[in-house]
Amino acid sequence: MAKQISEAALDAKSKIQMTTGDKVLNGIFYAFIALFAVICLVPFILVVSASFTQEQALTTYGYALWPREFSLDAYRLVVAGSDIPQAYLITIFTTVFGTFLSMLVTCMVAYALSLQSFRSRSALALFIYFTMLFNGGLVASYLLITKTLHLENSIWVLILPSICNAWNIILMRNFFNGIPASLSESAKLDGANDIVILFQIILPISLPGIATVGLFYALSYWNEWYRCLLYIDSSHSNLYTLQYLIQRILRQVNYAASQPLDQAGLAGTLPTYAYRMATIVVSTGPIVLLYPFLQKYFVQGLTVGAVKG
Amino acid sequence: MKVLEQQPTTGGHSKPKHSSIKSGGLWGNLRYDLRFNPCLCFLCLPAIIWFCVFAYSPLIYLLAAFKKYSPAKGLWGSEWVQLENFKAFFGSDAFFRVTFNTFFLNVLFIASSTITSILIAIALSEIGNRYFKKVTQSIVILPHFISWTVIALLCEALLKTQNGFINNFLVSLGMEKINFYQNADVWPALLVCLRIWQGAGYGSIVYLATIAGLDQSMYEAARVDGATRGQCIRYLTLPLLKTTVVMLSIMSISKIFNGDFGMIYNLVGSNSMLYRTTDVIDTYTYRMLVESTNIGQSAAVSFYQSLLGFIIVMLTNAATKKLDPDSALF
Repeated sequence: MAKQISEAALDAKSKIQMTTGDKVLNGIFYAFIALFAVICLVPFILVVSASFTQEQALTTYGYALWPREFSLDAYRLVVAGSDIPQAYLITIFTTVFGTFLSMLVTCMVAYALSLQSFRSRSALALFIYFTMLFNGGLVASYLLITKTLHLENSIWVLILPSICNAWNIILMRNFFNGIPASLSESAKLDGANDIVILFQIILPISLPGIATVGLFYALSYWNEWYRCLLYIDSSHSNLYTLQYLIQRILRQVNYAASQPLDQAGLAGTLPTYAYRMATIVVSTGPIVLLYPFLQKYFVQGLTVGAVKG
Repeated sequence: MKVLEQQPTTGGHSKPKHSSIKSGGLWGNLRYDLRFNPCLCFLCLPAIIWFCVFAYSPLIYLLAAFKKYSPAKGLWGSEWVQLENFKAFFGSDAFFRVTFNTFFLNVLFIASSTITSILIAIALSEIGNRYFKKVTQSIVILPHFISWTVIALLCEALLKTQNGFINNFLVSLGMEKINFYQNADVWPALLVCLRIWQGAGYGSIVYLATIAGLDQSMYEAARVDGATRGQCIRYLTLPLLKTTVVMLSIMSISKIFNGDFGMIYNLVGSNSMLYRTTDVIDTYTYRMLVESTNIGQSAAVSFYQSLLGFIIVMLTNAATKKLDPDSALF
């Protein structure tokens, strides 16, 4: 609402009078934004175009904004291989199941944190917030997961360590804070307990908040590669995520690039350029395609988290 | 940014704040909640367990920093070496390199991203055409959702010497090729560009929201008094954005010794020719842990980083409290 009003005001403002200086400034702003948007967009176009180009044309001419010689070979390879479909399954499972677990735990604790009648809430908030200030770092959690919990080489290592995120809990609590207390109080007078109130009254009316925080979690599960790198070895390659497959391709490529000369032997073992680009399209495509529909929630989440919080 | 003491913005739950502060400290509150809010305690339980297991119990393993850790003997069986691991790290030339790189790259990132984000936010807010604004805003945010693995693979395509997009472009302009993957000096600038590409649009969201929330009557009054739009931006928008800039900068500064592992590891990988300017504490620790399997020393480096980060958070918070109490983190 406020946004529309301010946009209307902006229109009115620009109508007052435009001096030459104003017009120049206006032009600069348009040009600057247009330029930045083009820079943001070009790599995406290059990737998609390269993934549809014949390998021969890529090695001879390099990348172009439009495929020189159209070909679907790279995609055929992607579909024919077993590792990308398998990684897709793993990634979808960890994203769906992980986001569900994350949201369950996050909503539960965030609701308790949002209630003034819950007296331990400041202590609990400190308990959670402290982990953002001080943590054991990489080595400590590596030792915990491999030496104490023995989670390495299992699918749970991709889900359990990322269930909670202190920042997302605070964000969710901020959403719950916006709900009038009278709602839960009247339900309490009718005899409902807090658990029933949360799941039957509060959650159904907090869908925008759930969407925002859920998306933050889902994105981090979808883009997971780091835990794969640390905890899953090559004998369990059926547990690789999509992003980790890309990471592996990248490592081979970087290794070759750091060698002084392009050795023929090395180049032969590398995945073809079109194949690499097709892998990127396949793994990132869902995000880019869903993004226009979800953008509203990301924007909302950031605004609630940073401006109000 | 009072994360811990934030009050509900609308409504508010019945009991005034004072009553909860006065009632008997940590244990008193806990006993009260266990008795009168058992359901709420139950709701907190999964999160408390998770934080105990995955956030607090690893702290025990920080002891490995003071031991000659051997996987066969375990944490308790390994022998104590006191500060040997720390001495070895502080004595090596890696110490200065990774600390400086982490700090220096983050300073570059914070400064460049903040400036570009503000520029984008101001430009977007001044643009009148609603469709142009909507479409361009969507596009500039998009790169944020792409993981560094993908960006790095893209980069390789852009930067490679043979037929890379940028080198082809340079050649067509009649300029010399740049051998990016063997030239450490260009990388700080390159990383800054990539960081701007990836994060500046996303970062502008908060500034744009702040600008949209500003009182429009000020602008109208200024315009009526004959201020140009440039003057409106210079004397109204920029000063009014100050609080947001300070708040977000404090949050970034508190993480100034956390290198971006995802970014550096994917872009640089094991290319040791580029370590001089790109190796950060996080990548160094990782290599120690996985490649040289010197667990004791990597734990020491990890501990050093956590401690440094904690001190920085405390210092920035104390400084902010003095200068501008409302922006303090806690």
